[in-house]
Amino acid sequence: MSTTEIRQALPTGTWHLDPVHSSIVFEVEYMAGAFRGQFREVDATIVADGEQAHLTGSAKVASVDVKDENLAAHLQSPEFFDAERYPELSFASSDIEAGEELAVRGEITIKGVTQPVELTGRATAPLTDAYGRERFGLTLRTKLDRTVFGLNWNLPLPNGEPSLSNEVSLVAELFFVKEA
Amino acid sequence: MKVLALSGSLRRDSYNTKLLHAAARLLPDGAELEPWDRLKEVPPYDEDDDVEPAPAAVAALRAAIAGADALLVATPEYNSSIPGQLKNALDWVSRPLAKNPLRGKPVAVVGASTGAFGAVWSQGELRKVLAAMGGRVVEAGVAVGHAPMRFEGDHLVDTELREQLAEVVAALVSGTAVGAASRVAA
Repeated sequence: MSTTEIRQALPTGTWHLDPVHSSIVFEVEYMAGAFRGQFREVDATIVADGEQAHLTGSAKVASVDVKDENLAAHLQSPEFFDAERYPELSFASSDIEAGEELAVRGEITIKGVTQPVELTGRATAPLTDAYGRERFGLTLRTKLDRTVFGLNWNLPLPNGEPSLSNEVSLVAELFFVKEA
Repeated sequence: MKVLALSGSLRRDSYNTKLLHAAARLLPDGAELEPWDRLKEVPPYDEDDDVEPAPAAVAALRAAIAGADALLVATPEYNSSIPGQLKNALDWVSRPLAKNPLRGKPVAVVGASTGAFGAVWSQGELRKVLAAMGGRVVEAGVAVGHAPMRFEGDHLVDTELREQLAEVVAALVSGTAVGAASRVAA
């Protein structure tokens, strides 16, 4: 199955995100289990020349997608992402290392706070899709402490424990199409 | 720029209303304070009544907040917390949460009390409520304790408290500017 073959380096070329099939999902422990949401409007570009590769990406805070519009409004408010003042989350890589897993190091910016971060994951081998375009898939994940970025909201449970974890997992399932 | 001023006290000679008058004199040029004085008319929140058209006073408060650039609330403290009628009015405004007019709006809280502590607990709880509604809440407040000794007429005579009030008003107004700039940038 060539579509699932794992490659450890990013393929050469300039690659643009297929935003329809890509997702950037966050997952956080909330009270009794994992809560997930995603950002609907995302963008990313990879420029790779064999020796070096550079990945940049962004997500619109206003496109946060959860199952209740009041919760979406809360996530966009100053208590969380503050969409009005900080409309975008962004990432720029500084170093991409092939190994057993792909390691993508760089800086992530959330709510105006920029922090170093390492994403790990894997890339699939490029293939030619049904429309004659070259594409490959990239899965990356990391964990962040949301309070480092000023997302401090919480609500104590009756037992005194916080209802929302500070640790948030980010999982990006990205599909890239080669620039013609 | 318009700052809507909401006093949590209904009393005619309220120290909190006086505190808002004192704040009005500390606003920078180009900014005006517009008092909203219909709090007593807001009916008790009942989801059955939360339909269009909203009760007149509720519709007026929602429109007044929507039409203002910022909100300044002065609150007394009843039993260590927010006066019921003020909380009730904010509960009306907050519905539906996703579209409530306070979303993203700069809001500051100050307070006065006849006791020593100047409604400091009530202010803290009110900030929590306003943040939950999506307001851009100014962290600093002003706690005017022993209020009868701090005012002459509606003039705040304590220099230190007046300076604190000026800082809160300045933070509120600057929050408005930043918000407007980012809206333009977006």
